[in-house]
Formats: sequence, C-alpha cells, structure tokens
Amino acid sequence: MNIYVKNLSKKFNNYVAVNNINFFLNKNKTLGILGPNGCGKTTSIGMMLGLITPSSGEVFINDQDVNKANRNDLLSKMNFASPYIELPKKLTVKQNLEIYGRLYGVKNLKDRVSEISEDLDLINFLNKKTGELSSGQKNRVSLAKSLINKPEVLFLDEPTASLDPDIGDFVRNYIEAYKSKNNITILLASHNMKEVERLCDTVIMMKKGEIVDRGTCKDLIKRHGRNNLEDTFLKIARSNDGLA
Amino acid sequence: MDWHKIYGLSLRHIYLIKSSFPRILDLIYWPSIQVFLWGFISEFFTVNSAYYSNTVGIILTAAILYDFLFRSSISYNMMFLEEIWSRNFTNLFIAPIKISEIIAALTMTAILRTLIGLIPAVLVAIPLFGVSIFNLGIPLIFLLISLYIFGISLGLMVTAGLLRFGPSFENIAWASLFFLAPFGCIYYPIDILPNSLQIIAKCLPLVHIFEEMRNILVNTTVNYLEIFKSIVISFLYFILGVIIFYSAYYGAKKKGTLINIGE
Repeated sequence: MNIYVKNLSKKFNNYVAVNNINFFLNKNKTLGILGPNGCGKTTSIGMMLGLITPSSGEVFINDQDVNKANRNDLLSKMNFASPYIELPKKLTVKQNLEIYGRLYGVKNLKDRVSEISEDLDLINFLNKKTGELSSGQKNRVSLAKSLINKPEVLFLDEPTASLDPDIGDFVRNYIEAYKSKNNITILLASHNMKEVERLCDTVIMMKKGEIVDRGTCKDLIKRHGRNNLEDTFLKIARSNDGLA
Repeated sequence: MDWHKIYGLSLRHIYLIKSSFPRILDLIYWPSIQVFLWGFISEFFTVNSAYYSNTVGIILTAAILYDFLFRSSISYNMMFLEEIWSRNFTNLFIAPIKISEIIAALTMTAILRTLIGLIPAVLVAIPLFGVSIFNLGIPLIFLLISLYIFGISLGLMVTAGLLRFGPSFENIAWASLFFLAPFGCIYYPIDILPNSLQIIAKCLPLVHIFEEMRNILVNTTVNYLEIFKSIVISFLYFILGVIIFYSAYYGAKKKGTLINIGE
C-alpha cells in the first residue's frame, strides 16, 4: 500500500502544528520522519491514522482518502506502535494479543499469536501480566500487537525510545528482517539517527510543522556537507530559517 | 518543614484545579447536592412520617434500584476510564472498530459488571432485613430495563465528556448520578418538590420509575402506562447519549485528543 499526503495542515486554535506538507511513499518502502520535538511528527501520524481531522489537505492510503473511505477496511490493513501508548497492564500478554487479534479480525488467531510470540521471543512471559514486564519486554509486546494483523502499512513512533542498546538492536534487527520477508510500507518517526539510516529508504526532515528537506540519508548527508545523519539533523534543527 | 516545598507541592494541585473547569465544578457541586437531597428527604419525613410506617422496605427497595442505576452508569464510565488510565486509549481508536461497536461492547459489559455488584446486595437484603425487590413482581423486569437504559445513557454522556475533555472529566463521571438524585424522587414522592422542580423531575424517567415502585409496594396496584412512559423517556435519553457520544468523538478528532489524552 502506498501513502500520499497532499497539502496536509493542522491548526490547533492559532497554533500551526503541521503546515502544508506533501509527500508520496511507495508501497513496501520505509520513510523516516525526522525532526525536533514538537515539529509535527506525531500530529502528522495522527492524521494519517485518521485519529486527527486535518484542518486542510488529504491523506490517501492506497488511493483511498483516509477521511472518506471505509475506515474499518483501511484500519484493518494498518497498525501503529509507540512507547507512549500501552496495552492494558492487568491483562496477560497472551490476553492482550488475543483481544487485539479479535479486534483486527485475525484468522487462525491461536496460530498467529504463537507465531508472533516466537518471533519476538515472548513465549516465556506470555502468561505474565503486561504491567509486570520490563520496558524492553513491553516494547516487544507492543510491536507484536502492531504486527498481529500482518499490516500492509505500519506506523512506528520512536520504536526504540528508552530501550537499552541490546534490546534496541534486537527490535531494529527484527523490523529489518520483517521488512525483507513481508510486503509492508513503514513510516517511522524516530530520534535515533542510526536507526533511521539503517531502516529507511528515504527521509523527510520536519521543522516547525513544515518539511524542510527530503531525500535518501546519503543524499541529505552529502547535500548538507556533513559526515553523518546526526550532524545533518543538528544543522537543520539549529538553522534559523529552517532550510539549512 | 520547608514551606517552599509545601507551597510547591500545593501549587501542583492549585494549577491543576485552576486549569480545569470540571474540577472546579466538582468542588462546588457536592455540598450543594447534599443540601438539596437531604433537605427534601428531611422535609418529607417531617410532614409524612406515617407514610412508610406500614410498608417495610420501600426505602431499601428504592436504594437497591437506585444502586442498580448507579452501577450501570458507573460501570460504563469505569470501563472507558480504565482504557485511559492504562494508556490503551489510542490503540482502541486505531483498531478497525466502529463507534457503534464500542457503544455496544460497553453496554453489554456494563450489565455484567452491574449484576456482579448488585446480586449479592439483593440476596443479602432478604435474610438481613426481610426485604426483597422481587416483591415488585413482573413489573420489576420493566423497571430494571428502564433503569438500565437510563443508566447507560448517562454513562454514554459522561463517556462522551471523557472522550472530549480527557480524564479531568472523571469527577463529573462520579458526580453525574448524584446530580439527578434530588430530582429523581428516589426516596420521596414528587409532591415534595417545589412546582418548578417538578417540571424538571417529570422529564426524567426516574420519577416515573420510583413513583411506580412506591405505588406497587404501597397500593399493590400496577400502572403499566407509567412504566411504559419511563422506558420511552429512558430510550430518548439513550438516543441523545448516542448523538452526544458521536459529536464528542468528532470533536476529539478535531482537537487531537484521541492520540494524546492526558491529565
């Protein structure tokens, strides 16, 4: 599934959170959204998921307008994971996966739960309450929930935030392997530049609600005369006019 | 004792109160409601103390039925609040579920939660006080249906507030039922209310339900028209609740609170 964002803006009262952004993401590609805190990444993802009504502009997923198409049809092929959103803490991992499997209409749910639990190494704590897990374990459960329906479009908001380097690497390896085996379009918002370099085909840089630059990681690094994506990010984030 | 720290800690709550109208309303609301409710109850017993003397259990039956209403509404709100507290809220709204399915699921689960709480209380009242709500006979079923529809309607309206304004609306969730108690004529007949308040009271199904409950227990007659009226009024509130819930959902989408619900 492809994603086409056309002249998308969001204003909260007088504050412009997202200002006229445009991009096209081909199916089975991964796009990274980079930008400082408050630059409009989460608001943009919210609009793409149909959680926030845009002030103007449109979002098309597989040529269907998110705000006009059959919402359930589209959502059944999408999913989202973020460390800022959790699963019910009092339920076990297995119960949570079963519930979301049902909500997403997953067929052969028992098999799917077993499969994803094995893939993400959740077997040992499947019957443990989600609230009792470490943040690394919770993060993997959240990722399992986001893949339970084998989505064609996956939104990831800082998927490795607050994880130790080992677990962070496990998650990145898993996403990379999952991408290579499945047809999936991924939109990844992250502050981890190495993660973006490793996982994303293209990147858009946002600042103050606007897209200030875009391209492959290599192109961006070269264009801004820096050695790595982190320095490129800093140059753009600290420039006064936004366009570095 | 460091007064700066004490002041700092107090400021945390003062800022929270100042920034939230539902919280201010909640502080004003409880004492006023208590004065209203107990004022009317006291007035009724002062004038009509003989009214209940031959009919043991009217008060307790009213309390049980009121609790049924209270539980059904609170159960509804609690289930929604639990999604907010567990930060699972956004996951639900990005799942392929229709709003009508969310309403149906909450409605069905609320009855389960309500009955789990109510059945022991009903059974305990029989040996302990010799009072059984089953003395109301077949009409009890219809009275409960009406109470349940009204309970979930209130639940829907409060849940809509939670959806639109976030957890600060939680206090209103707890207070919603007590707000209606004085007008609902649960423990006293409608005649005890001033004329102007009787007009408001008649717009609520509670008056018809509790007046009919007293009629059955005191006069041992059943006025099915009153029960039917209460069900129709409850159903109208349910439709209003659904409309408010949908508009709150679209309002929350506009405001962006579905992805960022917090304090």
